[in-house]
Amino acid sequence: MTIKVKVVERPMEEVSYLRATAKGLALTFKHLVDPHKVTVQYPDERWDISPRWRGTHRMLTTEDGKAKCVACGLCPTVCPANCIKLVPGEDEDGNRYPLVFEIDEFRCIFCGYCQEVCPEEAIHVGRHYENAEYSRDRFVYDLQRLMEQQHGVCEMWDPSDPKGE
Amino acid sequence: MMAPALFQAGAVSQMDPSTGVYLIAAIVKLVVIFTICMVGVAYSTFAERRISAWIQDRHGPNRVGPQGVLQVLADGVKNIMKEETYPNFASKALFILAPGLAFLPAMVAWAVIPFGSPLPTPWGRIDLVVADLPVGFLFTLAVTSIGVYGIVIAGWSSNNKYALLGGLRSSAQMVSYEIAMGMSTVCVLLLAGNVSLGVVVDQQARMGWNVLLLSVAALIFLISAFAETNRLPFDLPEAESELIAGYHAEYSAMKFSMFPMSEYANMITSSAMIVTLFFGGWDIPFTHWDNDAPWTVLKSVLTFGAFATKVMFFVFFYMWIRWTLPRFRYDQLMALGWKVLLPVVLAYIVIVAGAVLALDAAGVARGPAFGAILFGMNVVLLAVLVFALDKGRLVSPSYARLAQDRVARLRAASAQRSIVAGGGGQ
Repeated sequence: MTIKVKVVERPMEEVSYLRATAKGLALTFKHLVDPHKVTVQYPDERWDISPRWRGTHRMLTTEDGKAKCVACGLCPTVCPANCIKLVPGEDEDGNRYPLVFEIDEFRCIFCGYCQEVCPEEAIHVGRHYENAEYSRDRFVYDLQRLMEQQHGVCEMWDPSDPKGE
Repeated sequence: MMAPALFQAGAVSQMDPSTGVYLIAAIVKLVVIFTICMVGVAYSTFAERRISAWIQDRHGPNRVGPQGVLQVLADGVKNIMKEETYPNFASKALFILAPGLAFLPAMVAWAVIPFGSPLPTPWGRIDLVVADLPVGFLFTLAVTSIGVYGIVIAGWSSNNKYALLGGLRSSAQMVSYEIAMGMSTVCVLLLAGNVSLGVVVDQQARMGWNVLLLSVAALIFLISAFAETNRLPFDLPEAESELIAGYHAEYSAMKFSMFPMSEYANMITSSAMIVTLFFGGWDIPFTHWDNDAPWTVLKSVLTFGAFATKVMFFVFFYMWIRWTLPRFRYDQLMALGWKVLLPVVLAYIVIVAGAVLALDAAGVARGPAFGAILFGMNVVLLAVLVFALDKGRLVSPSYARLAQDRVARLRAASAQRSIVAGGGGQ
């Protein structure tokens, strides 16, 4: 059985093959000699990321190299993803400090509430996106690791300057 | 010792070489041509990837070596190292034979293509063609059509319905377009009076390139060559959107890569054929000093350069077309081959034969004047033909916008049909 292919009758003046081919060749040649290259050659070139980019966390430190965190417990409370584990401790002078401070970056939704709520400006979300690891447990960042991160931190949205100017 | 002698025109012989020299020269030419072709094949795969990338505003492979020029080596190593798989129900002997059978004819066809003016050496004048067979381009036509066996056998032996469909399409397509292709070379024969490609090149040097003298035949040969090499817009044998990969769906590793390689080898060969038959072969345009004795090494080098440049342009043209035109539908392909190209080329043969007869009878010498008259005739014919073709009778592209009243009529017709079909179903 032969199948009849449906061939739509079209008005002659609207159907052109050679003209369309020539047009197409001209178009592709234009792109060939003057490509609109939009690809970023990633390891060599990088995009500038937004100052409000929220990536993996960073714990800022005081001048003597201790975490600024006072273990107030606001960030684990506000965290909607419940990814911050904080065990508070107290030294002989009565200063509170975190015994354990872990962030599970897999659970984190990078909302940035922890940074917003922190009274000591200790925990920050960072301007950073290269987070690959070889195992899953490496994604639970402990205090040491959070303090060692060196990348820039997010500038949170300022309601008085909504466009970041 | 030999090198300075080569460049002194007086010291070298313009005579025909002895048999022994002829044999040795043939082997040397064989090796050189084979090497150039293989490197050309490898680099045209790379060129295609870069050119397609630029056309699509991408970068293409640019990581291996400067600007990615070593990508072909990386690909070669990868393809050799990959696992070879054999489908369970494949006919194994044919399955292994097919890639070689697809690749070989493209290389063999190079034997008769002259790629430069004769090279004078201390041992005699050596023609820069591996074997100037008296059957000339008939040999090329015969050999390149063997290439279809590789594809058909690959499709058949894979024992896969898509591969079989690809092989079937390929054979139908090749047989259809071979006719138009062969017919268009008849026009060349009418002008050159000989099928030997050396004579064809000589004729073009004297009368002007055949693309001007036989424009319609050149156009038809070009279109048929696209179909013969299974390149877009005629790549129905491997149409990936409907046949996965067509005839090579079951192939892997180096055996798979033989098929793309044969495709590129075919591209280079048919580019060389287009150049030799219609674009003057190794003739350097606008001058005549390169076409006559005394032959010198400089002439050989320059004419080879001219030939290589032309061939590379056509290889580029193949790629350019590929990334511009969409694939034809199967019925469009067949309609174009049988209903358009064949009648047009038959009519053209009659016209050219009549013109040649008339010009000979009028006593016009076969030279530039003869060419100019034919060129004038071609301008008129092309104008008529392009006007007729551009009216959309060639193929009906599916993207042209419909006029409003036509849309209404088509909708009415389809509504009518669905009522009839619905009524019949109940």
